Amino acid sequence: MNLTLNIWRQKGKIGKFVKYQAKDVSEHMSFLEMLDVLNQELILKGEEPVHFDHDCREGICGTCGMVINGLPHGPLKGTTVCQLHMRHFKDGQEIWIEPWRSRGFPILKDLMTDKSALDRIIQSGGFITVRTGQAAKAEAIPVPKSDAELSMDAAECIGCGACVASCPNGSAMLFVAAKITHLGFLPQGQPERMQRAINMITKAEEEGFGFCSNYAECEAVCPKNISISTIARANRDFIRASFGYGAGKGGKAL
Amino acid sequence: MLKLDSRIPSGPIEGKWSKRLQEVALVSPANKRKLSIIVVGTGLAGASAAASLSELGYKVSVFTYNDSARRAHSIAAQGGINAAKNYQNDNDSVYRLFYETVKGGDFRAREANVYRLAELSNVIIDQCVAQGVPFAREYGGQLANRSFGGALVSRTFYARGQTGQQLLLGAYSALMKEVGRGSCQIHNRMEMIDLVVVDGRARGIITRDLVTGQIESHVADAVLLCTGGYANVFFLSTNAKHCNATAIWRAYKRGAGFANPCFTQIHPTCIPQAGDYQSKLTLMSESLRNDGRIWVPKAVGDERNAVDIPDNERDYYLERIYPAFGNLAPRDISSRAAKRMCDEGRGVGPGKRGVYLDFSDSIARLGRNVIEERYGNLFEMYNRITGEDPYSSPMRIYPAPHYTMGGLWVDYDLMSNIPGLFVLGEANFSDHGANRLGASALMQGLADGYFVIPNTIGDYFANTRLSPVDANHEEFKAAANQAHVFIDKLLSINGSRTVDQYHRDLGMTMLEHCGMSRTKESLTTAMKTVGELRERFWQDVKVSGEACDINQELEKAVRVADYFELAELVCRDALEREESCGGHFRLEHQTPEGETLRDDENFAHVAVWEHQEQGPAIRNVEPLVFETVKLAQRSYK
Repeated sequence: MNLTLNIWRQKGKIGKFVKYQAKDVSEHMSFLEMLDVLNQELILKGEEPVHFDHDCREGICGTCGMVINGLPHGPLKGTTVCQLHMRHFKDGQEIWIEPWRSRGFPILKDLMTDKSALDRIIQSGGFITVRTGQAAKAEAIPVPKSDAELSMDAAECIGCGACVASCPNGSAMLFVAAKITHLGFLPQGQPERMQRAINMITKAEEEGFGFCSNYAECEAVCPKNISISTIARANRDFIRASFGYGAGKGGKAL
Repeated sequence: MLKLDSRIPSGPIEGKWSKRLQEVALVSPANKRKLSIIVVGTGLAGASAAASLSELGYKVSVFTYNDSARRAHSIAAQGGINAAKNYQNDNDSVYRLFYETVKGGDFRAREANVYRLAELSNVIIDQCVAQGVPFAREYGGQLANRSFGGALVSRTFYARGQTGQQLLLGAYSALMKEVGRGSCQIHNRMEMIDLVVVDGRARGIITRDLVTGQIESHVADAVLLCTGGYANVFFLSTNAKHCNATAIWRAYKRGAGFANPCFTQIHPTCIPQAGDYQSKLTLMSESLRNDGRIWVPKAVGDERNAVDIPDNERDYYLERIYPAFGNLAPRDISSRAAKRMCDEGRGVGPGKRGVYLDFSDSIARLGRNVIEERYGNLFEMYNRITGEDPYSSPMRIYPAPHYTMGGLWVDYDLMSNIPGLFVLGEANFSDHGANRLGASALMQGLADGYFVIPNTIGDYFANTRLSPVDANHEEFKAAANQAHVFIDKLLSINGSRTVDQYHRDLGMTMLEHCGMSRTKESLTTAMKTVGELRERFWQDVKVSGEACDINQELEKAVRVADYFELAELVCRDALEREESCGGHFRLEHQTPEGETLRDDENFAHVAVWEHQEQGPAIRNVEPLVFETVKLAQRSYK
């Protein structure tokens, strides 16, 4: 198939869309392989290739991400752009490709953005404080299967930032809530649960991400299908923590 | 010649690690604060090491080429992590895990290291659970297990098909906790491009900032390389696109011994290549072999759809040839069997390079929902990539380069022959011999990072007086200068072919001549072709862009330049190892049934290559001493 691509090119502060023709695209190619082929052509023509972040190309590292025709990671639900294949596009189609757009993710070049704010949110509390060697025997901590499954549902977050890119408020709440939910469903995560909610949500605000007002766009684009019910859980923890419930905030019982 | 003292403690194998722990000298908390450590790489080994060392009080700086520590390729490991917990009461034990790992590696691993690995496997699970890794659970709330290739017990712990992701996020969260505390510094998007050795000791690294292009010097009292393997030398592999060998290769060129480079693993269950544009191959977890049956049509050239071929016209060749292990035969054996079937003309799918992995029997026996719960995300991934539905027709799979058992030589303390340079995880050579069993890489990465290095590195510091060094030292200046020259040279060639074109050619050559089977002729051809390609690369490669900017082509060019050199060493090592063992299969050395034929008399050793500024590398030898295990022909029949 042949496609017309409008790709955001940016070097320095200002960028613009540039039109390219992608010819003889195989339906079995991934979207990124289609860009690889375009880039090879550009290099041989003496132009700079389109820069985009990517690494594992298996949909698990969370490095890649671009907005395709207005949708983060493109049209296929539950799929990162590296796992999106060209069979989901039509011959002759015009495609618009942009980087994540959010105050929290400054553009570095072309489609590459700086997502390090997500690391800083994790640093503020997205962990269980246990030093190497302090662990109890694993068999001593039974976890109900249903809790373990719900925890795992949330733990699948790959930190790609699509939730932020899709949100009219530029909120990182789905990312934050996924971590709060992952750890909050486990007995090991209880001692720091309340403080974690306060710290992470506060930090997200400091990093320039907006608040959540339940647009639910994030859930629609999340390549790991993380549910916005995690946000309800995170808000509940946050509010209860703000009223002084839970360990570390004066000790009112949960 | 290299001085290769493996420093394996004496005494019975069960007591070696505890003996070493008692012997190592300690560093006082006050002194730890003054000692700085550079950790390169943030996969399981790097992240766990950096977090643990920072907790101990050392000044730790971490470097990753990724935009975040959480992206390292450990994240893509699917199947699981082994531990000898014996939760299944199926007679598992530390000894059994140890023995199976040594046997799985075809008796080319260091016995004492493997025993330690098996011994530490249980505390790794404890540590990960404490961090909040959501392992799969049974209905009673206890941890679940599954079986894996090369083992007759169920000892693999897993988190759906994303075990690597969850373990890495555990180690990453520990690392982020330390960064948040301010005791550990992290440098994202920074690639190590050289090691700096001062007075014979590793004292720092040279990096390229992948955003600004700046070449920087970083000084430390010890350097840890946790930079993974080199399977991308084959171009198409299951590794992430940016996984590279530059850190270990530059360390090799600064004097570190490179051990067993020819021990590379071709994983049996990957999605077959679809076209020439293909950028990488995707692994389908080995755990699928628990419930999937592998087969090809009995007849050559059978063009029918899989579902139309009746059972009696299918050859379940693994079950036929290896009845004891069946579909769970080790990786090297399964891969070669698949290749043999395709070579016989019984391959399936486009290009006939594929075999079926069929779940219909398991779906009939267990129900679709059970299969969905166990492998749902893998089935989805297969469907996304191929557009086919593996619930209704079998998957097609084919072997692909996956893991490299070879790596930098280290002693029992994980220190290379350059004092102060430690190597952890896949980047070192020590634990998997000539073939790695499934679910052992995660185990090794975390054992090295959480439990070995925090104990052994102190011994180096306590017994070493380090002179003060800063970035103005002439060795740092010289190395930084070399880096500039190297990069300028790559950018100035402005030839006619792209980096990817050269990389692809290199990979094709390696896969064809130094892949699943090797001969003297193929290896000689490979060395000649690789040498010619390398020369052409340096005269004709076209690298776009500038040095002082984000430049992904330049990043690739630096890595590929190193792959060319490494590829030659891989071939040479394969040529000189006149035996077959594990993943290294020399057609000249096989049993009448077509299995590997070892030569224990002449090759029960580690080949350690020593770089020479002029002339070919020198082959050193560390004899493998087996005090506990009796060498035997590997049998999975």
